[in-house]
Amino acid sequence: MKEYSFFPGCSSEHNASAANMETSVRSLCKMLAIQLNEIEDWNCCGASIGYAGGGVIPRLSLSARNFALSKQQQGDKDLVATCAACWLSMRETSERLAHEPEVKAKVNLALKEGGLTYDGGIKTRHLVEVLIEDVGWDTMKAKVTKPLSGLKAAGYVGCQTNRPFGVAGDSFENPQYLDRMIALTGATAIPFAKKVACCGGALMFSEQEKSCQLTRDIIQCAVDGGADCIVTPCPVCQLNLEVYQGKINQLFGTSFNIPILYYSQLMVLSYGGSWTDAALHQQVVPADVMKKFV
Amino acid sequence: MTYDLTFAKEVYKNSEEGHWIKMCMQCGVCAGSCPLGFLGAWKYSPRQIFQMVRAGLRDEVLTSSDMWMCTSCYNCIVRCPRNLPITHIIHGLARYASVQGKADPKQPTHQFAKDIFWENIVATGRVGEAALTMKLYFKDGIGEGIKQGLEMKDSALGMLKAKRLKPLPFRGKIKGYPGFKAMLNKAFELENKKEGKA
Amino acid sequence: METKIGCYICTGCGIGEALKVQSLEKIATKEQKIPVVKNHPFLCGDEGVALIRKDMESEGVNALVIVGCSHRVKSESFRLGTALMDRVDIRDKCLWVLDVPEGDKTAAEDRQMMAEDYVRLGCVKVKKMNDPKPFEATTPFSKDVLVVGAGIAGLTAALEVARTGYKVLLVEKEETLGGKVANMHKVSPARPPYNKLEDNPLPKLLAEVKGNSNIRIMNSTVVQKTVGAPGLFDVTLKNGSSTAQERVGSIIIATGYTAYDPNKLEKHLGYGSSPDVITSLEFEEMAKAGKIVRKSDGKPAKRVAFSLCAGQRDSSHLSYCSGACCVYSLKQALYVIENQPDASAYLIYQEVRTPGQMEDFYRKVQNEGGIFIKGDVKQVAANTTGLTLDVDDKLLRQNIKMDVDLLVLATGMETTVDTVDPNSASPVGTQVEELPGSVLNLHYRQGPGLPSLNGPFPDSHFICFPYETRRTGIYVAGPARRPMGIAATRTDAAGAALKAIQVVESVARGAAVHPRAGDLSYPSFREEGCTQCKRCTEECPFGAINEDAKGNPLFNPTRCRRCGTCMGACPQKIISFANYSVDMIGSMLKEVEIPEADEEKPRILVFACENDAIPALDMVGRSRTNPLSPYIRIIPLRCMGSMNLVWIADAMSKGYDGILLMGCRHGTDYQCHNVRGSALAEIRLSKVSETLTRLQLEADRVKMVEVNIMDAETLPQVINNFVAEIKELDPNPYKEF
Ligand code: SF4
Ligand code: SF4
Ligand code: SF4
Ligand code: SF4
Ligand code: SF4
Ligand code: SF4
Repeated sequence: MKEYSFFPGCSSEHNASAANMETSVRSLCKMLAIQLNEIEDWNCCGASIGYAGGGVIPRLSLSARNFALSKQQQGDKDLVATCAACWLSMRETSERLAHEPEVKAKVNLALKEGGLTYDGGIKTRHLVEVLIEDVGWDTMKAKVTKPLSGLKAAGYVGCQTNRPFGVAGDSFENPQYLDRMIALTGATAIPFAKKVACCGGALMFSEQEKSCQLTRDIIQCAVDGGADCIVTPCPVCQLNLEVYQGKINQLFGTSFNIPILYYSQLMVLSYGGSWTDAALHQQVVPADVMKKFV
Repeated sequence: MTYDLTFAKEVYKNSEEGHWIKMCMQCGVCAGSCPLGFLGAWKYSPRQIFQMVRAGLRDEVLTSSDMWMCTSCYNCIVRCPRNLPITHIIHGLARYASVQGKADPKQPTHQFAKDIFWENIVATGRVGEAALTMKLYFKDGIGEGIKQGLEMKDSALGMLKAKRLKPLPFRGKIKGYPGFKAMLNKAFELENKKEGKA
Repeated sequence: METKIGCYICTGCGIGEALKVQSLEKIATKEQKIPVVKNHPFLCGDEGVALIRKDMESEGVNALVIVGCSHRVKSESFRLGTALMDRVDIRDKCLWVLDVPEGDKTAAEDRQMMAEDYVRLGCVKVKKMNDPKPFEATTPFSKDVLVVGAGIAGLTAALEVARTGYKVLLVEKEETLGGKVANMHKVSPARPPYNKLEDNPLPKLLAEVKGNSNIRIMNSTVVQKTVGAPGLFDVTLKNGSSTAQERVGSIIIATGYTAYDPNKLEKHLGYGSSPDVITSLEFEEMAKAGKIVRKSDGKPAKRVAFSLCAGQRDSSHLSYCSGACCVYSLKQALYVIENQPDASAYLIYQEVRTPGQMEDFYRKVQNEGGIFIKGDVKQVAANTTGLTLDVDDKLLRQNIKMDVDLLVLATGMETTVDTVDPNSASPVGTQVEELPGSVLNLHYRQGPGLPSLNGPFPDSHFICFPYETRRTGIYVAGPARRPMGIAATRTDAAGAALKAIQVVESVARGAAVHPRAGDLSYPSFREEGCTQCKRCTEECPFGAINEDAKGNPLFNPTRCRRCGTCMGACPQKIISFANYSVDMIGSMLKEVEIPEADEEKPRILVFACENDAIPALDMVGRSRTNPLSPYIRIIPLRCMGSMNLVWIADAMSKGYDGILLMGCRHGTDYQCHNVRGSALAEIRLSKVSETLTRLQLEADRVKMVEVNIMDAETLPQVINNFVAEIKELDPNPYKEF
């Protein structure tokens, strides 16, 4: 059993937008003997638009508080996130605390007010990194009992899992890891030109039509490539591509109805997990194409 | 006079990562990487914003809505040949415009990010998506809100059905909320000192 | 001494398994009458080499036909002390380029035929070789080096030469030494971390030059004329009204640049309209004097604008980039702003060109607060507060006005060397005693200056031998050669110094410099046959041949690079080398066995340049993935320029079905090692269709292609396509005769 400290993030809470990711990731971890210990009483990471209200020190304090709690509760265990935006905020915070002593000092002054302190030392990681680096491709592949043969998936990496830090040293412009994950489940990763295009991120809320133009292009590219589904590691991407499909159809006269899945859902299914283990019942666009694999 | 460095120096000092702006070599790689740029969403690309900072065009920069068009895709940051942390510079300028009272309070992203999203965090310690959505709908008043809500009802219903949205837009505070709040207060005190506000 | 040829056939590297070695031996012995013929399973190994040595010592073998691999491999093993040698390549260019499937008898037979032909070619070649005797002059060779110009380039070159022990004569036309760098305040960084201004290196350099006993300095002196050739240059030097003659071995031109005349620039740049519009050199003098001020009223200049590319990269002024002005403008911007928070420097540029480590220096100036504006100065107006510039700002996309104290125009560099475009008219020079404006006033048949290439700068074989000129033994260093800054100039000068030493040593031994470094042969001609057609004297790419009063060619062997272009040019076929001649190649090509027409085995003759095409062919062999047609027969030429049209006629009447010539790229981006060889071959070839028509043959049978050393991947297709085209035609009817 590999043990990690875990930061689920707001969207992975019960009845939140990425509840399907949360559920499938939990199932996946169980199957791969990974134990995720959720930080008690964690707070929001600030995500990508925390800058506007937060500025530097308040924004970085958010993740620093989570680090401090993690250290208190879990010692030096690596801190794992599943959400791209959470992981990015945490990575950014740990880099800045490590390299900017002045920022670190100020953040600690703030933490002190809440009775906490953080001196660094916790490694923040994305779950995908844990899978690749700690579990390994061979083990991941060996677990497959029900290959998803014939499924054509567009591997959509998006932005924040990929930039500016990137997973496991993969390329920024044409990362391979997601296609490899799709392939290990027995599915086929189609060539996908919009692999790292932007879905609009948090601007889906404030600039909906423009963001929908971006997501329209992404979905169109997958559909043109013959994909049965789009697979992503990022809850923001998942939300923007799935929930707004109706809106996109209405705006642009398209008739998209393509399921947007998490890599974890594919893996759980290929490992012999059930429909609910994979949280496939929690899709807004029904994932009927996956039914044959249960 | 154009290219008076007063404003540039102000930004170098006060805006997050602003000092990097002087190292930009105006190659335009960021402009060609920025997703909303292709949709004509911004008037000035990051490259142009940076040159405008150096040219001393204070009002044009700070009132521009272009910084608020950043989707945080980090394309620019990984491509900039001069290693400028562009995303953070743009975020910093947006924030600086807001702090300086130059940013339009009704600029949708400004309003959402600051008044809705950030306040939502501050209020409880975590983001409650339902509350966030509600606030977003009603930011322009009840009428607009109902209209928006109706427009998006299919999506929201879908989310509800999939059990990915709370039916009631309330959530409790995190347990350590008082400490959390105290931390943020202190953080703001330190931040405001830097931004020259307090 | 009688030549006695030994032919040694290697059966290693798969040769013995693939070929019938006995047949090869039989060809050497019976057909070619080679007295000693042996084979060995591992010829390049100690035992194999010992076998050859033993024959050389005890059997009197003094000429070698080594049958095995390409001459470009194992050359150390086969350096056996005789120049009479040919390496017959039946491995790389036969075994390795042919596709012979297991059990395919025809293919195996074709391969055997190719190898046999190559053995024939090698034997004939060596039979036609004579041992070259090094050239000896009637007057003594000098190993001294003349350096013209005592600026940073000349001083550096002189010192580098002198330090190795050679004598230098350093000539400077001005009274004081130092050139333009003497007026410089600081210089841009040449050392890590490349972000600090450095002290002017000149005083130290000057002291070293003055203190070096190998250097003789002649100031206020110019070269009046230069007669002779490397090792034997007789230079007339003029100081005031007195002249003196000196013999030197080689010459380095380090005369630097002249700055472009700012008065020629467009009015809108404002030069002449206000004393506050100045050039970079004027600004440098100000900085050196410690007075960066407005010339108009003497007030300190706090806001200084630099207009880069002031005339450069502009077809109505200087069409080229001057290379160094971006960097020296950065340097001058630092004079203005470093440690002066109230000062600003504006660099108005087209592109900032800061290659190599100068990018760090660019960053430094940005970090110090230098302001960079991509755009054009549209107008300059002088007023009481200084200058107001109208600038078309391409970054802000608007016209802006700027108030500054000074506008500095970064004007470009022009060479001081008198060059002539060799492609314009026939570059013939009349020789005069004195030619003001000419650096050397060369008494060469092809003119007093240096040939240029695509612009005013001297042609230098940019790719392979940048310090060269097209006049052997004469090297140009620094901005006289091409625009460059101080650091590059010093490297350049050191390079030229080594070249200058190399040439005096080589010619004193009678040896060629590259590309045929060490070659002792040189061209000679049979005077009785000469028609004074002047083709050789005009075409020699290096101007090696003068003319005597009757118009006969006068060869200067120490100027010669042994390209053979003269030999290829001569319609009388009277120019030859001891080890290379029209007769040699003509005899070789006649030795190939041409199958009868009904055998349907065409023969294609391939003339391949030794410098690029042959290495490319070797690489084709080494890849072993791209088979060539078995119908080709390759004859290497030392340069396409040496291709004499009589070979084409000979080959056609012998019955070859096609001829493919593979020379280097020519034109302004030429890669020909002898500069013009392949270009001249192409011109000659344009006249070949006449010959073919006379023989009633299709013009398509002869084709010339440009081959680059990197072309190994595409070369097989080029060759095989040509073979296919030839197969489309009827067999050459001359086979029957
Ligand atoms: S990519 Fe970097 S250097 Fe280029 S314009 Fe953008 S910020 Fe400037
Ligand atoms: S991070 Fe922001 S500024 Fe940079 S390319 Fe993406 S949207 Fe544009
Ligand atoms: S390398 Fe050349 S000489 Fe040596 S064994 Fe091979 S073919 Fe013979
Ligand atoms: S070095 Fe710079 S200023 Fe000089 S010609 Fe080239 S681009 Fe123009
Ligand atoms: S053409 Fe070539 S071989 Fe002939 S003299 Fe000139 S350099 Fe020498
Ligand atoms: S090319 Fe031949 S014939 Fe003509 S001048 Fe030269 S040597 Fe004489």
